[in-house]
Amino acid sequence: MRRSGKFILRLLLIAAMLGLWEGCVWYFKIRAFILPPPSEVFLALYRGFANNLYPEHIGVTLMETFLGFVLGTALAFILGTFVALSRRVEYFLYPFIVMFQAMPKVALAPLIIVWFGLGLTSKVINAALVAFFPLMVNTIVGLRSAEEDRINLMRSLAASKWQIFWMLRLPNALPFIFAGLEIAMIFALIGAIVAEFIGAEKGLGMLIQSMNINVDVAGQFSILLILSAIGLVLNGIVGMTRRRLLFWDAAAQGNAAAVVEEKKL
Amino acid sequence: MEDCGLVSHAAADASARSVAATAPSINDSAIAVDDVSLSYGGKGAGVLALDRISFDIPDGSFVAIVGPSGCGKSTILKILAGLLPPTSGQARLRGSPITGPRRDIGVVFQSPVLFPWRDVLANVMLPGDVQRLDKAEMRQRALDLVKLVGLSGFEHRYPRELSGGMQQRVGIIRALLHDPALLLMDEPFGALDAMTRETMNVELQRIWMERKKTVLFITHSTSEAVFLADRVIAMTPRPGRIADAFVVDLPRPRPLEVMNTPEFGAYVKRVRVALNSGGGLD
Ligand SMILES: Nc1ncnc2c1ncn2[C@@H]1O[C@H](COP(=O)(O)OP(=O)(O)O)[C@@H](O)[C@H]1O
Ligand SMILES: [Mg+2]
Repeated sequence: MRRSGKFILRLLLIAAMLGLWEGCVWYFKIRAFILPPPSEVFLALYRGFANNLYPEHIGVTLMETFLGFVLGTALAFILGTFVALSRRVEYFLYPFIVMFQAMPKVALAPLIIVWFGLGLTSKVINAALVAFFPLMVNTIVGLRSAEEDRINLMRSLAASKWQIFWMLRLPNALPFIFAGLEIAMIFALIGAIVAEFIGAEKGLGMLIQSMNINVDVAGQFSILLILSAIGLVLNGIVGMTRRRLLFWDAAAQGNAAAVVEEKKL
Repeated sequence: MEDCGLVSHAAADASARSVAATAPSINDSAIAVDDVSLSYGGKGAGVLALDRISFDIPDGSFVAIVGPSGCGKSTILKILAGLLPPTSGQARLRGSPITGPRRDIGVVFQSPVLFPWRDVLANVMLPGDVQRLDKAEMRQRALDLVKLVGLSGFEHRYPRELSGGMQQRVGIIRALLHDPALLLMDEPFGALDAMTRETMNVELQRIWMERKKTVLFITHSTSEAVFLADRVIAMTPRPGRIADAFVVDLPRPRPLEVMNTPEFGAYVKRVRVALNSGGGLD
C-alpha cells in the first residue's frame, strides 16, 4: 500500500514538472529554439519514429557502442590481468597507464576521426578507448583483492599459480569487474556519441549535430530522451547479468556499481 | 582402520631411513621441529617471532600449542604448512625437511576461509579440485564428512546462509577431505562464543578419535588446550619461546565435565604458571 502510494506520488511529481515546464513556455512566451514545450518534444519523438528516421540511427549508435564495449573491455581485461599478476609488466606499463588515465580520452576523438575516417571504425575505436580504463583499473584492483588467508589456503593445498588465479582470484574479482563493466557500458555510449559529433554519416550524435544546425531544438530533446532510455537499458542488462552471476555476493544484489570507480593504481 | 596402518608404516619407514642416515631424529615422530628460528624482515634487523624452538609431534597424537597472541603460534603453523621457510633450523615431516606446501597436510585457519561462490559441498571439495582427485569419490567423501558434523541438508547452501559455527565446521571438514595424515589447526574456534566453542571441542575430539590423525592444534585458551590434547606446549612471547611442554594423561573420550575435576585443574594451573613465568621476565 505504502509503496504503491509512493509510486503514484512519484508519477504525479513528474507530471507536475512537465506541466510546469509546458506552462512556463506558454506563459513567458519562450521561443521554441530556446526551450520547446514538452508537447513539442513528444511530437518530435513520435514523428521521428513514424517516418522511420530514428530507428536506423539508433541501430548505428547501438552497434558502435556494443562493438566498442566488447573491444575495449576485452582488451582491458587482458591487459589488467597481466598487470595484476606481474609486477614487472606493471612496472613497465605504469608510466603509460598514468599518462592515459589522466588524459580525458574524449579529447582524442578528433584525431581518431582523422585516422580512421567517418565510418563505423572510428566510432568503435573511440568507444573502446573510453570504455577501456574503468574496466582495466577494476580488473587490477579486483584480482589483487584476494584475502591473504584465502591465498594461504590455496597455497597450503599445493595449488599452482594458475589454479590460484582460476579458482580464487578471478571469481573473487568478479564483483569489481562487473562494477567496471557497468561504467564501461555507459562510457562506450559516450565515446560513440562524441565521435559522431566530430564527424559521422549516421548515428544519434550526428543527428543531434544536424538538428542543432537546423535549430530543431525539440528534435534534440527527443534524441536526449532516446539516449537516456538506451543508457538505462544497457545498464540494466549488465546489472541483471551481475545479479544472476554474483548471486553469492550480498553487495552485488544492490546497486554496487562504481564502488571502486575512483580507486587508482 | 586400514589407512592408520599405512600411516604408521610410512612413519616407521621414514624413521628407519633417518636412523640409517644417522640423523639424530626421534622415532615415530610425524613432525620434528628442530631449533627453528624465524625473524620477519630478515635476520638481525627484523622481528624475532620464534627463538630456537624444538618439539616433536608423535604420530597419531593430538598436540596443542597454547600461548598469548603474538607469541608466534601462527608462525609455527605457517612453517609446518610449508608457507614460510624458517630463518634457521629445520622442520621435518616424517623425516624429510619441509620445503614447501604438501598435499598430505590439511590446514584449518582461524576464520573459516570459505569461498562465497561455492556452496557447502563445493567448498568441502576444494582440496579434491585443486589436487585433481577423483570427482565421484571426493563427492562421496564430502557427503560423509558433511554428515559427520551434522550439516546434512545444508550441502547446497552458500556460506553467507550459515552461522559462524556451521561455517567453521565446513572449514574443518574441508581440511579432512583429502585424508591428510597431518592436520594443522590455527585457533579454529577463536571467533566462536563460549557455548558453541565447547560443543565444537567435543565434536573435534570425536572426529579425531574416529579418524586418528596427527593434529597440531593452536589456541590461546588454556582449558581448550588441556581438554583436547595429549600433549600441551606452552609458549611465551617476544621472542616466541617454549616455556613448558607436558603430557595430559586424562582418559578419552573426555566429557565436558572433566573440566571440573582436580586433575584437569592441575594441568590448567601448570599452563598458567608456565605462561606467567614468561611474562614475569619482561
Ligand atoms: N608478516 C609479518 N611481518 C612482520 N611481523 C609479523 C608478521 N606476521 C607476524 N608477525 C609478528 O610476529 C610475531 C608472532 O606472530 P604470530 O605468529 O601471528 O603470533 P600468534 O599467532 O601467536 O598470535 C608477532 O609479534 C607479530 O607481530
Ligand atoms: Mg595467530
